Amino acid sequence: MNNFDYAKPSTIPEAISLYKKYGEKAKLLLGGTDLVVMLDDGVIQPDIVIDLKGIDELKKLEFDGEFLHIGARVTFNELIDSEVVKEKFPILWEASRTIASTGVRNRATLVGNICSAVPSADSAPALLVCNAIVVIATDSGDKEVPITEFFVGPRRTILKPGEIVKEVKIRASNKKFGGSYIKLGRYDGEDLAQVGVATTVNEDKEYSIAFCAVAPKPVRAKEAEEFLKGKDLTDEVLEEAAKLAVKAISPISDIRASKEYRLYVSGVLVKRSLKTSFARMNGNGPKYGERLV
Amino acid sequence: MKKEINFTLNGNPVKIEVMPNEKLLDVLRDRLGIKSPKHGCGRGECGACSVLLNGKSIRSCITLAIEVDGQEITTLEGLEKNGMTDLQKSFLQHNSFQCGFCAPGMTITATELLNKNPHPDEEEVREAIAGNLCRCTGYQNIIDAILDVSKKE
Repeated sequence: MNNFDYAKPSTIPEAISLYKKYGEKAKLLLGGTDLVVMLDDGVIQPDIVIDLKGIDELKKLEFDGEFLHIGARVTFNELIDSEVVKEKFPILWEASRTIASTGVRNRATLVGNICSAVPSADSAPALLVCNAIVVIATDSGDKEVPITEFFVGPRRTILKPGEIVKEVKIRASNKKFGGSYIKLGRYDGEDLAQVGVATTVNEDKEYSIAFCAVAPKPVRAKEAEEFLKGKDLTDEVLEEAAKLAVKAISPISDIRASKEYRLYVSGVLVKRSLKTSFARMNGNGPKYGERLV
Repeated sequence: MKKEINFTLNGNPVKIEVMPNEKLLDVLRDRLGIKSPKHGCGRGECGACSVLLNGKSIRSCITLAIEVDGQEITTLEGLEKNGMTDLQKSFLQHNSFQCGFCAPGMTITATELLNKNPHPDEEEVREAIAGNLCRCTGYQNIIDAILDVSKKE
């Protein structure tokens, strides 16, 4: 591992000014479960690592009655252990449980997960279907960006040096809804997704669908969502929805799965996820967190 | 640029100068003589390097030593300070380990599980140790030992 300086600022303005000073030569550290591996591989060679774990306000995890606020330091295990997340944001809860293993989830943060922006980021489909908002601190004040505009490509986001994601916020639904996240992997514990699918449906039969690991970035399947609007999930409707949904993806072949397999199984899983979400809305599906593959 | 850090290691205060690029695992093993955490994959995937940070299991191979300044680290050496724990005795009874390389990590992870959830079911045990790989694939005896000790307490 190349050497670097280490700073642990205690306020956001301090962190921003350090980040601006070093620009591309600075890397931000939260749980380190991605960053330290990349440092060790020499893939990144920053002059300075700025540890954000000294900033207390980033520990915030609270529901204000309208929005859930997930501060940058909140780990996946903290999300899983949160009653309000489980009760009001069960898709996010379900997705968080699929991430790596408990020893990683004790450190890995949701904000770190989206900032790493790997195509297989497990939290991304859940955030996409929930229309999450990314709150970014800059030296000219905070700005809010919808999660749909946050990812740019593999390991790339809209963030510029000096910009720090301080939290992700999600509005609670005031309608009856159901959702599900299905992660297909080769084994539990550490594997990255071959395909990840999240769907939601509400009492007005408005659907949302999002994927990870099957495109250069996590994506929504808007065309399928439009088609599904107002419809019940008959076999024919599901077939057509799956066909439209996979038009939104462009998987590659890698060590985990071939392109052809990903395309095929994405259709299978989107149908399963939709059916599960619908059943859960009506209170008769498998419990959140139960194995769906 | 070296920096002095202070942390608690198995109940004892430690003061040591580290470089920012030194990993916790290497500092524990090579500089502090704590040999229970093992270097397996070096990428946070196998769990052999697990230690407790403020009571929660983490991967010491992907944690910078400098990050634990002011924190509390517990390794297997700390858990068995007053002799073998009931969990370790159960592992012995069940012949849970063959080569033993994964044993410290398994013990750390299972200890965390039982602290949080004293009576887990088998699925919860499997889920908890999902990130601890055993190359001898002796999982069943490891699971049996954890379940057994959880029923006794």
